[in-house]
Amino acid sequence: MSRALASAVALAVALAVLPWILGNTFYVNLSSQILIYALFALSINLLSGYAGLTSLGQAAYFGGAAYACAWLVNRVGLDQTTAACAAVLFGTGLAALFGVLSLRASGLGFLMITLALGQIVWGVAYRWVELTGGDNGMRMGARPSPLGLDISRPMPFYYFTAIVFGIALYCLWRLARSPFGASLRGTRDQPRRMRMLGYHVWLVQWVAFVMSGFWAAVAGVLFVYYNQFVSPITLSLQQSAEVLLMSILGGAGTLAGPIVGAIVITLVKNVVSSYLDRWNTLLGVIFVVSVIFMPEGIVPGSLRLWRRFTGAGTAAPKPVAKTS
Amino acid sequence: MQFWVIQTLNSFALGGLLFLLSSGFSLIFGLMRVPNLAHGAFFMLGAYIGVSTMGQVGGNFWLGVIGGGLGVAVLGGVLERFILRRLAGNEQGQVLVTLGFAFIIADLCLVAWGGDPIPVPAPSYVNRPLFFAGLAFPTYRFVVLGVAVAMAVVLHVVMDRTRLGAMIRAGVDDMQMARGIGIKASQLFTIVFCLGAALAGAGGVLGGPITSAYPGLDADMLPLALVVVILGGVGSLLGAFVGSFAIGFIYNFGIALFPDLAYVILFLPMVLVLVWRPQGLFGRLLR
Repeated sequence: MSRALASAVALAVALAVLPWILGNTFYVNLSSQILIYALFALSINLLSGYAGLTSLGQAAYFGGAAYACAWLVNRVGLDQTTAACAAVLFGTGLAALFGVLSLRASGLGFLMITLALGQIVWGVAYRWVELTGGDNGMRMGARPSPLGLDISRPMPFYYFTAIVFGIALYCLWRLARSPFGASLRGTRDQPRRMRMLGYHVWLVQWVAFVMSGFWAAVAGVLFVYYNQFVSPITLSLQQSAEVLLMSILGGAGTLAGPIVGAIVITLVKNVVSSYLDRWNTLLGVIFVVSVIFMPEGIVPGSLRLWRRFTGAGTAAPKPVAKTS
Repeated sequence: MQFWVIQTLNSFALGGLLFLLSSGFSLIFGLMRVPNLAHGAFFMLGAYIGVSTMGQVGGNFWLGVIGGGLGVAVLGGVLERFILRRLAGNEQGQVLVTLGFAFIIADLCLVAWGGDPIPVPAPSYVNRPLFFAGLAFPTYRFVVLGVAVAMAVVLHVVMDRTRLGAMIRAGVDDMQMARGIGIKASQLFTIVFCLGAALAGAGGVLGGPITSAYPGLDADMLPLALVVVILGGVGSLLGAFVGSFAIGFIYNFGIALFPDLAYVILFLPMVLVLVWRPQGLFGRLLR
């Protein structure tokens, strides 16, 4: 426990002093962006990592919440707090519905259904111009001022994002260590045995799906605060694929993995797009290369190398084969 | 009256295109357990290659169709032999690789052919509409429908009557058993992957005069193919056929009548099938 506490304090201190080290507004904004994507990647990691359910429609809840928030503030004229809550509720509700449908299938059928559902949401945002503004997207008037604090400037917004991120990380950390987290990993590795032990496998997976949608929606609301704008790109397959890549590249099924993946991908994307506009090609190449050469991800891979280097402990345990 | 007739014909034509796209997708998924997410990109690439081929050979439409089909088939073969083969047994990895290729292909098409839509000329002898009972019918729609139905018959005969078809059906039903009795699975995978890619590529060219070739064509077609396969069932030719025309009608009339809601309307048949028959109308449960 003390070790976990120590690393939590270290992370908090690092997040707090980071903008002072970076100084430049551009880098502070980039850090906010990384934190938002890290939360998004952590959300999909609940599904693709812990539950072993690879979703290609995660952008639906992220973008859906972003759209809902902008729409409620801008068109309906709700106050910021109500709009944010309603937006998160909308994203979570969408996940609850899509979870019921997607979990009718398992494995790659699940992936295909989440992809189709995600594309339908994208199509709605793209085609239903009256509601969403179509390709032109939708503006968000201004950032909110939680507790009367002004977060319109980069530095305060970074701290706001960091606090939300910290709370989310703590919740997800607790979740991963909880009996529920264990049963979730159980349904991934040994669904039959779990069923025999009396677990309601479908319910466990659905709850994970909804939780994953909830955190994606929270990230989506942060995202629309950050950009103060949302367009169909936020709901696109590229977006879903990017966030899945973050969690896989870093190491699915770990807490640090998606964060590392989000840092790497966001940095590469920002660096590359300032030089050339072939980001989609590079995204594809990273996908192919990381699947072929680094299937376990950066964090587990480095840990394994580190263990071998120090000679401490034995090799990482092999994943248990599926029996269903 | 004219509206309903034209839209019905358009729905049939779209259904035919969707069949060319989704029959290959469905067979690949059924046999290799890989939903080939590059299939939409194959369709788009086929349209682009086809229009360039036509430019090279003096505007012959059918050479363009063959060119698009062959070009994409070669690419599909390379992808299967040299990339997917390395990941045998890791189905999730294979899917992600096809997704990566979908992005790469789409982006490189943008580089090669630019961002403006490129119209694909239909063969000149079908440019004039057919007149029947006082109504005008765009002739080219009949051509698309005819080719798709002919293709469906050929595929059906191949699957049902030939040794190759029997091997494919055996592989879809039970891969382990099929390997056990000496069917060369690796050859079969390459053949089916190339065939599916060729169908998608040729379908892209064939659809060209209706859709034209534009960036984003892949993202428009892939979800339709997915919905068709979810509806019809994985690995079933009949399912792909019925699903294609059902979705062709629903989507086309959706766009014509409620342009804003066309995608929401797609959602409904999917929900109904998933709730009552999650394996699809003609599919079997995947093991």
